[in-house]
Amino acid sequence: MAQHKVNYTQDGGLPIALTSVDKIVNWGRSNSLWALTYGLACCGIEMMASGASRFDFDRYGTIFRASPRQADVMIVAGTLTKKHAEFIKRLYDQMTEPRWVISMGSCANTGGMFNTYATVQGCDRIIPVDLYLPGCAPRPETLQYGVMLLQKKIRANKAGNAQKAKRLM
Amino acid sequence: MRAYKPKDNVQAKAYYTDRFYVAPQVPKTSVDEDEVFAADLEAIKAKFEVKDAYIQVEQMVIYINAHDIYGVLELMRDELAYTQLSEMSAIDWLAKDDTFEIFYQMLSMTKRKRIRVKYFIKNGEAVDSVEKLFRSADWSEREMFDMFGIEANNHPFMKRILMPYDWEGYPLLKTYPLEGDEFAAWYEVDKIYGKEARDIIGPELRDTARVDRYDSERFARLGHEVPKGTKITGDEPAVTQSYQEEGGVFLIKKLDKESSVVIDDPQR
Repeated sequence: MAQHKVNYTQDGGLPIALTSVDKIVNWGRSNSLWALTYGLACCGIEMMASGASRFDFDRYGTIFRASPRQADVMIVAGTLTKKHAEFIKRLYDQMTEPRWVISMGSCANTGGMFNTYATVQGCDRIIPVDLYLPGCAPRPETLQYGVMLLQKKIRANKAGNAQKAKRLM
Repeated sequence: MRAYKPKDNVQAKAYYTDRFYVAPQVPKTSVDEDEVFAADLEAIKAKFEVKDAYIQVEQMVIYINAHDIYGVLELMRDELAYTQLSEMSAIDWLAKDDTFEIFYQMLSMTKRKRIRVKYFIKNGEAVDSVEKLFRSADWSEREMFDMFGIEANNHPFMKRILMPYDWEGYPLLKTYPLEGDEFAAWYEVDKIYGKEARDIIGPELRDTARVDRYDSERFARLGHEVPKGTKITGDEPAVTQSYQEEGGVFLIKKLDKESSVVIDDPQR
């Protein structure tokens, strides 16, 4: 069992670690990236596999939440149809800032093989995207790597800066 | 050796050539060859007019009048043991003679037989709903309305089933372009952001063979990220920094106004 131990010969005898606000905020944000459960098509299966025990997203602090109010990152996993486009915008608006978007798979990136009347040709037509994952569908390793890249992106930015909207309507 | 075909612009060319293509027909045989079907046909003919009947791929196909459909299906369900409506929809013959062909695929589990009931309607006419006979017709007729614009009279909820309610156009018509018409192309933009956002968002990129040389500048190379708007040359140094404060926190101990600049670009 962990015990509280104070080294009275260091740091003026107080249990204190010094850091900057940026670093500790980014540390917290990047290590608790709660993802919105948003499996739209077959990529959702890979996303579920990433969350399950073999790949285990909990190791990175990525836990799937069923509500956009509790989510930090939206993983658009699958084909975005035109009928659903208004709902992805609504869910994105309901997420609290700071928020990030991972576009997972060919369909979410560009419409993929669905070059048809009913498919949105890339979810970045509706919402700003931070990370595009290639693949059809991307393997769970790709999604893991993507989440780690997103963590890196969060850590490299100043925490105090408000997120700049790529497209403001 | 195969003959050489020039492969110019193969990907940009649509992979379907003739949207009005009609598949060749399988040989038809007489109904008399199957006694179960012959008896069924006699029972239907006793009450309704049958315009044509034949057997194709071990299934009987009969053509009836459009106004008889409810009676024929009721007779088949109650007296001839065709208790399932597997499938129903329409075929677009508008280009040929301005008609739709409506088909109902019936299955008898006891006889182990299938009958396809068909009739023609003119463009703009409605059909009689068989939803009271078969619950499966509920969604099938809604789908037929959604995809072809054929309404079913006496249907309890005659609305689109797959496309959004405010959709314009009927996508399974042969005249409907696969990649969507003007309305479909701007549907989500118009609905979410309004028509004035069309210029900002831009048209859909539908060309699968398109290669944009600026993609290498719009997307940062992994491990070699640069600030937005930087001219990419290809020999960017690797970014090893993981936290932005690495190398020390930036502190201004004494501000020298002479050597400082004011940055007023919010997109910096």
